Order: sequence, then structure tokens, then C-alpha cells
Amino acid sequence: MRAPALEELTARAVRLALDAGATDAECTASEGDEFSATVRMREVESVKEAGSRGLGVRILRGRRAGSAFTSDLSAEGIRNMVRAAVENASVTTDDPNAGLPEPEELGSLNGHLDLYHDDVPALEAPFKIAQATEAESAALAYDPRIANSEGGVYETHVTSRAFSNSRGFTGSYSATRCWLSASPVASDGGAMERDYWFTMARTSRRLESPADVGKKAAERALRRLNAKKIATQKAPVIFEPRTARTLLGHIFDAVEGDAVYRNASFLAGRIGEKIAAGNVTVIDDGTLPGLFGTSPFDDEGVPSRRTVIVEKGVLKSYLLNSYTARKLGLKTTGNASRGLSGNAGVGHGNLFLEAGGLPPADILQRYEKALFVTELLGFGVNTVTGDYSRGAAGLWIESGEPVQAVSEVTIAGNLKQMLMDIEFIGADLEFLGSVAAPTLAIHEMTISGNG
Amino acid sequence: MPDLWQADGPDTLKVMTFSESFFVRKLGIAERDLERYLAEALSHGGEYADIYFEHLATSGISLDESIVKSATQGVSMGVGIRVIAGERTGYAYCDDLSPEKILHAARVAACIASGPAGEEKIGFAEAAKRNLYPILTAPTETTLTERVRLVERADRAARDYDPRVFQVQASYGDQLKQVLVATSEGVLSWDRQPMARMSIAVLARAGGGPPQRGYSGGGGRVALEYFLNEKTPEHFAREAARQAIVQLDAVEAPAGEMTVVLGPGWPGILLHEAVGHGLEADFNRKKVSAFSGRLGQNVASPLVTVIDDGTMSHRRGSLNVDDEGSPTQHNVLIENGVLRAYLQDKLSSRILRSPSTGSGRRESYQHIPMPRMTNTFMLAGESDPGDIVRSVSRGLYCTTFGGGQVDITSGNFVFSATESYLIEDGKLTRPVRGATLIGNGPEALKYVSMVGNDLQLDEGIGICGKEGQSVPVGVGIPTIKIDKMTVGGTA
Repeated sequence: MRAPALEELTARAVRLALDAGATDAECTASEGDEFSATVRMREVESVKEAGSRGLGVRILRGRRAGSAFTSDLSAEGIRNMVRAAVENASVTTDDPNAGLPEPEELGSLNGHLDLYHDDVPALEAPFKIAQATEAESAALAYDPRIANSEGGVYETHVTSRAFSNSRGFTGSYSATRCWLSASPVASDGGAMERDYWFTMARTSRRLESPADVGKKAAERALRRLNAKKIATQKAPVIFEPRTARTLLGHIFDAVEGDAVYRNASFLAGRIGEKIAAGNVTVIDDGTLPGLFGTSPFDDEGVPSRRTVIVEKGVLKSYLLNSYTARKLGLKTTGNASRGLSGNAGVGHGNLFLEAGGLPPADILQRYEKALFVTELLGFGVNTVTGDYSRGAAGLWIESGEPVQAVSEVTIAGNLKQMLMDIEFIGADLEFLGSVAAPTLAIHEMTISGNG
Repeated sequence: MPDLWQADGPDTLKVMTFSESFFVRKLGIAERDLERYLAEALSHGGEYADIYFEHLATSGISLDESIVKSATQGVSMGVGIRVIAGERTGYAYCDDLSPEKILHAARVAACIASGPAGEEKIGFAEAAKRNLYPILTAPTETTLTERVRLVERADRAARDYDPRVFQVQASYGDQLKQVLVATSEGVLSWDRQPMARMSIAVLARAGGGPPQRGYSGGGGRVALEYFLNEKTPEHFAREAARQAIVQLDAVEAPAGEMTVVLGPGWPGILLHEAVGHGLEADFNRKKVSAFSGRLGQNVASPLVTVIDDGTMSHRRGSLNVDDEGSPTQHNVLIENGVLRAYLQDKLSSRILRSPSTGSGRRESYQHIPMPRMTNTFMLAGESDPGDIVRSVSRGLYCTTFGGGQVDITSGNFVFSATESYLIEDGKLTRPVRGATLIGNGPEALKYVSMVGNDLQLDEGIGICGKEGQSVPVGVGIPTIKIDKMTVGGTA
């Protein structure tokens, strides 16, 4: 089914809801086709190919909300879904802030967002399998210590999304995505270490070459060999881009409207205050063509936009949907995000920390000794208090050079202090996904290891 | 298309016959249809094929700021077809159950193989049947008002617990999953899998101080009555509130290696991360696990026996049959410190020529099955839990955890304590703030020096993620003492 046909289904569900007694209604449809091929030790391991669709409706009766979703897109399936949503609205409570965005807030970006490429649905399975094979083979061939592998993977996704509401919005868009990765295992007789590298793009033409993916993955696995625990101490911690982006994820959790209005965030109520070092600027931008957090409108039909969250260390804005905006007496920032079920939450577009001026190698040289973190493990982050404690692996750096691979340690601190302690920011900002950060150096954290 | 929203019919206490099973009654699927789909799946010469039908009905209610803000229901249905040829897997799924669409999916999955079709006629034998989760009323048959009352009771109880509680979010969710699995080996099985869960998140604050959170929840393959008669909304709400209040006085967690005592129940997440994942047969077949090639070796202290048991009645991780149609089992993974078995799915047991452990699970019809845990726990020992704490001069006692994660290949794992106390001279003293504990799977359990006589299972909140697939699981552990573990605090 094409996006316009999905759009028509959502418009029909909204009309049915209004006929059934809803005072307002909104409907989301999504459709996706996926393909994935995994090649392991140069043999095809699995090939998967399929598609699915779903429809979700949310209705209001006055200030009461109810919702339902279905994978049955027949006329009867849609009628049953609408009936269930109306029934659900009979048990919810009046919520003075429940509602939809105002009509003047609705709309869709006009420019070309570069989200869909015709080459992706047309790619043949043998080509995709060959790319995965090539990436894995490049990793296996890179060094004799790479003798095993979790495989090479090539995936494509073709998705469509449509949305209509009773305030006059209707819209849809389609997007494509390709992914290529390799996950080699390195061993020199002792313990094994695995790492990976991936590349993702809206078209196969913009992926990194399979040879590069395999080589980077192999280098990453090899540099982890002979990792040791280091002594418990306080030391500078440098996050490479792949781990630095997780800090942006924590900032998101602390500035998204639901956490803010509940006071469940260490950044709630701090607009206008200095919350990070003066070199830190954090932006959410859902309008950047071709990127993975880009869309013409959010999941409530509000156009995507650019929001400066932190400017030179000062907290400037939260990220909001229409509900959390009403709760806080503010305006939506076009950040509504939802699946097919329940009320909209808050999501981000392309969320990033602005690049600084230093090449990453220069940052390493700024410290006599530091832990360079290449992998983080676990979920020990509390964005209510800012308490931070995660497992880490990486390299111990002395005078700018790696001297020892490190694993089985934790790094700990509090995000409030960590953000203030960002001393150096790399020039190496690259969008590997919808959240991105350059290399970041934090003045001091507690490393737990031996003793 | 029949109305899939309608409440489901026959009483669920007994074991269903094939003709009573959902896909036969609602969609008229017959054995000859299944044979035709499987024959199509093997038309390019695959050695094994299976077909998995799934219908899922879910409902959820959530309350926040004492307002019932959301009530939702949903249905989804689909079918997945898998073909195995050697070590290769072909997989296709669709959400349209018309014979043409299913045959198309079968042909797509078939392409993994290249050869002539087999001639064998399949013919099904029904799998041995039992019902580990008989319930009087399907979750989807209770009224919306009954479900709303549960979250309202939780909200009231959390607020009544202490005036410092200022935010309460309570939710109740349930689902009923109907599955039908048929394999080219002639296995035919079906199941009806209920699940219900309550969750309560609380924030507390003293004066103008910073908020602290508490979280509790539980459930299992149970009906709504469970929350009326066994574990009430008040039980979970008070626990969440208690945790938040304790944190108001917490001091910085220590940093470095020390003796760690884990309390009983949910801290069993240690086993899930430290050994469970590393024993899944896919990683061991590929020799990428830190436990590869270690069967028969000592991987833990002799006090440690670890079980994975999918047959426990009403538990969240239990299943009558796994998602490949094999009966679940009581599997001994580690016996008195010695590694005894890996968790096998169909593919791994074919390749390793090892018997099935009934561990093939998948998130949904859209996913390829793989070896997974069910309910993973350590058997009780002989120590008195009080004696265990008294034996520690300086250490950390951890009773509540958030999530955990493991790097299978290096064996390094973490799990994050959200409620812990310092142990000083054999006594629990001050509560400390959240901290991650880190260790190495094949080594960490060698430091277990005391095992309590108080085995407890968790309350039914576990979700395990692996390669993008989430499945419900359970864990359990008695009080244990680990002589050396790295604690990731700041003090």
C-alpha cells in the first residue's frame, strides 16, 4: 500500500470516530517492509524478508482520551478499532490538559527532505548478501587474530507513515534506510574480544564501502585484546563519538516534557540557568535533509523544527509535544512521538552536540593520563538525580598514546557535574544515527576497578 | 474476517484440543492447510520448516497525577514461516492470513535452500499437552472498570504511605497470546498464553530537596484476580514508595572491589547476566561466548547450582511449549559449580546434535526464534541470611536492581543496584545511591562463599532483550555472599 492510500485509511478512521461520538480524533498508520541478510564465516546464515502494517486511533470525548490499534486494516477491522477506542474513553478521567494541537500549529514541511530513495526497494537479495559477505570477509582478512565472527549484516527498511486528525490535518511520508555492519571476534590465544562497525544511510549509494566497514570493525576488536582492569581512581574520561552520543540520550531524557512536568529530571525548572560548560551547545533539528531523525511533521501533525536546547552552557528549551506544552504553559516544539497505542510521548529529531574545533588526537594529547571510553554497558543512569554509573571498556591513554586496553571497570559521577566538566569538544561530529556527538573530554570521573 | 476483538470463548482451566484452539475455531485452519504451507516451504529442498501463527490482544490502563490518562486496547495477528537448510535460515512473515499470502511467504522463506523438493508426507502428531497457567477469566474478559480500580488503588496507597510522595504513575497491562506451531517433523502444538502486569513509579521529596524515585511491579501468567487476592496494588505501591523514601537519606556509593551481599529475589538478575546469556547455545555453537567449550568445567563455587525452568506454574517466564513447539523443561545449567548444559533451540540442537531444552523463543511472528532463558534461579543453600550479613565486616548489601547487560564474548557483565546499604561490622548501616556492579561471567560466581536458605523468585517484571527481541523472563536467588566484586560508586 502506498503512503496516500494509508493516509486515506487514517482520514476514514477519524471520520468514523467523530460519527461514533468522539469530539476529537487522531489516527496513525504505519507500514514497513524489511529485508535482512546475515553472513557468518563467509556463508549465508539467515535471510529474512517481510512486511506488516498497523493502524492506531486516539479519540477524545470532551477531556477524556481513549485509544486502540489493530493490524486488521479491513473496513470491519477499522470499525472495531474505533468502537474499542470510544469504549476506552468511558473509563478514563477528565484531564484538563487533554487535547490536540491547535489548528494553527498543524502543518508539514514543504522542502525536499531526502528521506526516500528508489534504489532501496529495488535492491536484489544477491547484491545485499554480497555486501554483507564482503564486509565480513574484509574483517576476517584484516589480521590473523580475527579468526571468528558474529557475522556481516545488510538490512533494508522501507517505511511509510500517515496521520490524520479532526482539526484538518492529513499527511504522509515514506522513508528508506540501508544498514551494513560487521562484528568480528579477535583472539590471540587468550580471552576473546568482539567489536563492530556499522554504516547507515537513506540510500545504498551513501553507505561506507564494505571493505571500510570490515576494516574498522577489525581494528576496533583488535585494540581491545589483552584488556585489563585498572586501579580504582579519579581520572579524566574521554568519550569517543560512539559513546559520547549516549550522553546526549541522557540530556534528552532530562529535557523531554513528560519528565519535566513531573519534576522527574535534574534539569526541570532550570531554563535560563547554566547547566553545562560554556563550550556546550545542544540542538534538536528534525529538518536536516537525509538524516535519520528527520520528518516533515511530528506524530501529532506539527511541523518538525530546529530547537536550541542548550546554548553555550545555558539551558534554553525543553522538548515538548502539545500535552506537555499545555502542562508547562508553553508551546509545542513539534516533538510528539508515538507508536500506534496510547497517548503521544516526546521524541527527538536529529539531536546533537555542536562540534568544537579540536581534532580528536589533539584532545588525547591534552591529558597526561586519561581513560578513552569506546564501549559502555548497562543502565545505571538516573536522570531524576543525575547519578551516573556504567560499565566501561576502552583504552588507557598516556601523553596522547594508548598504552593499555581496559575492561571490566565502571565510570561514575553525576550528570550535573559531568556536563559542567566538559573540557574539550572534538571537531568530529558525524551522524551515525539520529543522536550524534563529537569526541568529548570530561575533566574527572571516578573509575572503579582493582582495589 | 471474523471479529478478532470479541472476548474468547471456552473456559481456560482445561487443556484445549486442536479443534478448540484459536486458529481452528476462528479461522478454520485445518491440518491439510498446514501440510500444504510446509510443503511449499520445503519446495526448494530445505531440511526443516515450521510455521508459527500468532494472535495477540493487549490492553493497558495508565494513571498519572491521580488522573486515568490513557486506556488502550489492540489486536495484531500474523504468521511466520521458517526454513532451515544446513546452518542457513530463511524467514518470511505476513500479517494477512489468506492462503495466497501464506503460500507466498512460504515460497520466500523456501529460497534459502537450493535443491529438489522432498517427497515426504508430513502428518502431525499432537504435542504432549499440559496447562501451566490455567486461569478462570481471560484478562481480556474483565471489565475496563475493574482494571481502572487497580491503578486507582495503587495511586492512593502510594500517596498514603508517606506525605513526601508527590508523584505516582501506576499502570496495568495485560495480554492474551494465541499461538499455533506446526513443523515439518510432524509436531503440532498450540497454546493460549495470558500475561498481566502492574507497574508503579513513585517520586518522593523532602522539603525543597531533590526528588528520588522508587519503582515496583509484578505479575505473571495470571488473571486480574491475582491482583485482588494475592499481590494487591497496595503491595506494589507501598514497595515503590518505600524505595523512594529510603533514597532520601542515601549517601554516595563506594567505589572499588569489596564484599557484596545480594538479597533474595530480583537480584537473581546477576545469574541472568553473569551466566544465563553466555550459556545460550547460539553463542556457543559459534564459539563466541566466554563459556564456549567449558562444559564439565568449574565456572562457579561448589555452592552454586543454577536452573532455568520454563515449567513453573503461572510464572512470567513460563511456557507450556516454547515458540518452536517444543515442551519447556527444568534445565540444570550449573550443578555445584560445574557447567552442565547450554540452552538449546531447534537450530542449535540440530547442529550440535544435542537434545532440545525447550528454549526456542521469539518476540513475535515477525522474529526468528533463538535460544532464550525462561525462569533462571539459584537453588537455596544452608546459610541463615542474617548470618551472611553478620559475617561481613565491610561491604555492600544490595536488595533492588534496575537492569543489567553482558558482553557475551569477553564475559563482562553489569547490573545496576537501585537500593543498597553499607555493611559495617556485620550490620546494615546507611543506604547508598544507585551504583553499577561489574564482573566477568566465568569468574564472578567463583567468589560465592555463602548461599542462603531463603530462595525467592522475583515478582514478575523481567523483560530480556537480545538482538532486538524482547521476551518476558523471571529470575530468582537466595541471599548470597560474593567475596569480591567491583562496585561502581563515587566515594
